Amino acid sequence: MADLKINFAGIQSPNPFWLASAPPSNTGMQVHRAFEAGWGGAVWKTIGAPVLNVSNRYGAWHFGGQKMLAINNVELISDRPLEVNLGEIAEVKRDWPDRAVIVSAMVESRKETWHDIIRKIQDTGADGIELNYGCPHGMSERGMGSAVGQVPEYCEQITGWVMEIAKMPVIVKLTPNISDIVMPARAAVAARANAVSLINTLNSIISVDLDTLEITPNIGGKGGHGGYAGPAVKPIALNMLAALGRDPVVGGSNLPISGMGGISTWSDAAEFLLLGASSLQVCTAVMHYGFRIIEDLCDGLSNWMDEKGFATISDVVGKSLHRVSDFNQFDLSFKAVARIDQEKCIRCNLCYVACNDTAHQCIDLIAKDGEVVQPNSYDVRANGKEEAVSSRPRVQVREEDCVGCRLCYNVCPVEDCIHMVEEPSGRSSVTWGQLSESRREVTEDWEKMKKYREEMGIKIH
Amino acid sequence: MSQMRQNGEHVDALGELLPPLTKNEAVVEAARCLMCYDAPCTHACPTHIDIPKFIKKISTDNLRGSARTILESNLLGATCARVCPVQELCEGACVLGAEHKPIAIGRLQRHAMDAIAGKEASVVPRAPATGKKVAVIGAGPAGLSCAGELARRGHSVTLFEKRDLAGGLSTYGIIGLREPIDVAIAEAGMIAALGVTVEQGRELGANLTLGELQASFGAVFLSVGLGSTPALAIAGEEHILDGLEYIEGSKLDAAGLKIGRNVVVIGAGNTAIDCATIAKRLGADTVTMVYRRTDKEMTAYAHEYDFIKREGVGFSFLTQPVRVLVENGVVRALECVRMRLGTADASGRPSPQPVAGSEFLLTTDQIVKAIGQEKPALAPPVKLKTDKGFIHVDANFETSLPGVYSGGDCIRARGAASTVMAVQDGKLAAWSIHERLMANG
Repeated sequence: MADLKINFAGIQSPNPFWLASAPPSNTGMQVHRAFEAGWGGAVWKTIGAPVLNVSNRYGAWHFGGQKMLAINNVELISDRPLEVNLGEIAEVKRDWPDRAVIVSAMVESRKETWHDIIRKIQDTGADGIELNYGCPHGMSERGMGSAVGQVPEYCEQITGWVMEIAKMPVIVKLTPNISDIVMPARAAVAARANAVSLINTLNSIISVDLDTLEITPNIGGKGGHGGYAGPAVKPIALNMLAALGRDPVVGGSNLPISGMGGISTWSDAAEFLLLGASSLQVCTAVMHYGFRIIEDLCDGLSNWMDEKGFATISDVVGKSLHRVSDFNQFDLSFKAVARIDQEKCIRCNLCYVACNDTAHQCIDLIAKDGEVVQPNSYDVRANGKEEAVSSRPRVQVREEDCVGCRLCYNVCPVEDCIHMVEEPSGRSSVTWGQLSESRREVTEDWEKMKKYREEMGIKIH
Repeated sequence: MSQMRQNGEHVDALGELLPPLTKNEAVVEAARCLMCYDAPCTHACPTHIDIPKFIKKISTDNLRGSARTILESNLLGATCARVCPVQELCEGACVLGAEHKPIAIGRLQRHAMDAIAGKEASVVPRAPATGKKVAVIGAGPAGLSCAGELARRGHSVTLFEKRDLAGGLSTYGIIGLREPIDVAIAEAGMIAALGVTVEQGRELGANLTLGELQASFGAVFLSVGLGSTPALAIAGEEHILDGLEYIEGSKLDAAGLKIGRNVVVIGAGNTAIDCATIAKRLGADTVTMVYRRTDKEMTAYAHEYDFIKREGVGFSFLTQPVRVLVENGVVRALECVRMRLGTADASGRPSPQPVAGSEFLLTTDQIVKAIGQEKPALAPPVKLKTDKGFIHVDANFETSLPGVYSGGDCIRARGAASTVMAVQDGKLAAWSIHERLMANG
């Protein structure tokens, strides 16, 4: 059994999974039940400035019969009185000494106000503080949340104020609604924060109601952008996480990173760990299925770690980060081609149409007699399953024409049916970066490029 | 006849077997469809409905477009969604069928067609009037399909039907469990709404002659179906009910249909199974299907056989009726003889031979026969070339008389006949007729 314990910037947790600061961690009663279910920690729903909420608050994106691929919300920070939250935080921490209780905070951008809230949080006995610089709606209009996170100077200044008096680990939560996530993270490093977390939600309008023409969710005839989260944002979060790890300043500082953004399963969690997160926060998946999902998050992660020979979480953290690179470092001589396993193929022809219409036209339909045939070439009198099934051509890749784009692999509905097979290209390894240095003219002139391709035997389809 | 039952309390038992899919069920099922390219389901469908296309439209909540896609290839989409042996056709060819569950194509088609019920004609585009006239004889699936396809191409079509209601077997001959009569009647109404004039009570040979039709119409399409149930030629046969009439009774007036306590159905095709289902569901204590071969040779679809076994119907295989025993005008029993299978006959199936001295009695108070239909009664008097008694047509569905076309069960000299094949005949014949009319200027 792998050891799932973590020590994140000094915060101890029996497993890396924390409830993200959001509706699931709104009250002491909820956090208590989450801990009963097995969650390692909880980042309390943000406390701070006084607010009032609206209804409706949540929109969702459903696709292909799957509910909630993403959720968006216009809910604000906690609308419960500050004293009530602080009392419940203290109580939960007292009852659950082995769990991580982190308190998210957001107040007006004044030094005294921040100092005041930090002192109150420290009095609860909680384990850490998360500075919410990410909330994209409502609070940002009042100069808080992402209005801070989008300006590295504000981010650094406010973090600096907090660090003046902080006696517990401080995590800076970053907004993805910015052109370069590295900048506010560098500001957090400069202000000597203890950790960062990302991503907060993305700006979004989830949909327009085609009956009423209203925005979803409809708030008395109006609607607007809300924070977008859930499985659909995971690739964005992974990219931003890796960007921090690869940055010489942020990555070089070894600042711990708490990863979040669409984590729904243990395998999502493992990917975040591999790209450098050392604690993990979850919200949408809990809002969809409840606290009980923690069981498989831990169980699945532990089983995978056992299989891979990872004893502890820190063995996993960042293990794939060195593989994240830039285009000009990729080997232009690496060659892969698609190969279809005829035994597994169910003849849906999705690879054929994808390749033929939108890629490189290198998959053929081959009839029983070995001839290449065109689609839809049966007689109008054809009738019944026997003929339809027995006469169905097979799909075959013309490997000499395959550019290795991997579209067919992606559309194939059958597991392990299309393989991208590595083939020797017969050329020595070279990157665009190297080419730009050694044969600069090739990268700037189409005629020279043509000659280079002929010289190297590179065919373009 | 006092022991016969009136069936008021059982009539609902013949309501449509499968409930309609809810919107969510349909969307989830539609999302399962892989959207195969040059899909095998479309290939297997005799009318080649673009199935992935109509299913995709269900998943995008474009039901009007979905129904239009169906009607584009098959004007009788509502009937076919219900009566097609999908296991042998589209669903049987589904690529998910081998290791998973095929897409419920029939039920999805019904979902799309139900969504535009009563408005079908409004989604079918129609060409401007050509001034050409076509007569169609027989308002069964082939006739309705042909008439509708011609009407949408702008031709003026008159559809002659001998009975009170249009729809043919869909209306009269398919158990309500699979297709309620309202669906068939509404579908015929849709064809009329496309501009087809329907004249009921008009029968070829009775109050209509081919000569007068040929004189007043540019082309004629014969879709007259098959004849009556053949005779068993056994004593007491006049006490045996006709299977098609039995089904018809259940559709037009189920409450008035007399059902025996111990019913025997002679035959083992799909119609025989429908008769047994009606008897069982309308209150018979026992229902026994009598067939002279075994379940390996029976012509009913495998899924129909599975269904009727679950209905609690019994079988007496290798059994041939010899005579009906009647007392005071009341059926008491069916005398039968045991059979054994010999060498293969012309149909390729082993021919059954009676076992001497093996006669036995089946106690019964109601006997129904469903042993197929006679060949079309029309051919000889109108001097059409025939093929084993069926109307002969060429590749364009034209008969030996120029300008006279035919399709549906009446030309089906080989293989099993089905509604959807009749629909395709009607459609293809309409294409040929259209070409002929337009070529003639």
